[in-house]
Amino acid sequence: MAGHSPTVDSKTLWGGGFSPFNVSYGKIMMWFFLVSDAFTFSGLLISYGFMRHSFAESWPVAERVFTHFPFMHGDHPLLYVALMTFILIMSSVTMVLAVEAGHRMDKKNVIKWMAWTIVGGLVFVGSQAWEWYHFIHGTELGAFQLVDGTIVQWVDAAKESLYLPGKELVMISGAEATAMMKGGVEVYGANLTVNEYGLPLFGDFFFFITGFHGTHVFSGVVLNFVIFVNVLKGTYEKRGHYEMVEKVGLYWHFVDLVWVFVFTFFYLV
Amino acid sequence: MDFDRTAEYVNHHSEEEGKAMRKTIWVIFWVLLGITGVEVTLGLVWQDMGLAWSFVKWTFIILTLIKAYYIVAYYMHLKHEYKNFIYAVALPYLVLAVYLIVMMLTEAIYIHEHHGLM
Repeated sequence: MAGHSPTVDSKTLWGGGFSPFNVSYGKIMMWFFLVSDAFTFSGLLISYGFMRHSFAESWPVAERVFTHFPFMHGDHPLLYVALMTFILIMSSVTMVLAVEAGHRMDKKNVIKWMAWTIVGGLVFVGSQAWEWYHFIHGTELGAFQLVDGTIVQWVDAAKESLYLPGKELVMISGAEATAMMKGGVEVYGANLTVNEYGLPLFGDFFFFITGFHGTHVFSGVVLNFVIFVNVLKGTYEKRGHYEMVEKVGLYWHFVDLVWVFVFTFFYLV
Repeated sequence: MDFDRTAEYVNHHSEEEGKAMRKTIWVIFWVLLGITGVEVTLGLVWQDMGLAWSFVKWTFIILTLIKAYYIVAYYMHLKHEYKNFIYAVALPYLVLAVYLIVMMLTEAIYIHEHHGLM
């Protein structure tokens, strides 16, 4: 890209007085922070993978858990999360367009694209809140927790026969079901200790991973807003460059990047 | 205020170059959107189409890595940084990530085959 210094031999490059990376201190630190943050998210996703493989048979299928869509009835697996992904990709594009406008010192367009990025971020956070609401409240029918903690699903609203957890549907009914249900409780929705869709661990990971990511989106919106105000005030116009926009841009793209992985490993795979 | 001499390393470009860059940005947007569309469609139809789950799973993972590459390389601009900077950022992460994934799969599959954690 334009603006880079001409190529120099490595001796001159590492000879001092100039960043051998040809990147400013602030931007390097943003990158190093993002690498460390990537480790944190990897830790979360890898521990998720560990538990999932350990409980391969009884792990809930995300497609059957997140089936709601606003203003629509019935089952719509993947649709809502696809919309959320689209919103985040879109806001990534507006962010990179703001950075590009900054390179041309085009204040008007920086303002326009940053404003859209902030809107996209807020819509995404709102969507996540909506998804949490539905996950916490669960279904009308609920599920049943046996004495040993196993979650079984009702076959129908009569609540007399049930399905055992697992890939293949095993139905238990009649006296056998009554005996099995003895001492158990009905459960609705999900929290950190109970999950009507199956293993509580699934709920724990859902809350922690999407919660940690949502916190990142939210702080990204705050950072973007602070920089947006500075752009409006003309701080960077005066400074002669819009590198701050580039730095928050890096953070914002990283948030999108993490979502790409969360989307795949939590919802698709 | 410019104590870290940011101005020396700042990227600027002309109107003309900006035009080309915006084009790239939108092309990559369509790539990302297209991949996401393929992923969602595949997620909805793979059972009806009778595809093997392992094939679908690996398709998802490969498509995800392609998406990640485009975001980091182009939107985060890493592709156009100096080589030594690319290595300084990407290598430590990739080495540890691969190591952790290998460890995780080895241990989790072992535990799964030996009657779980409980």
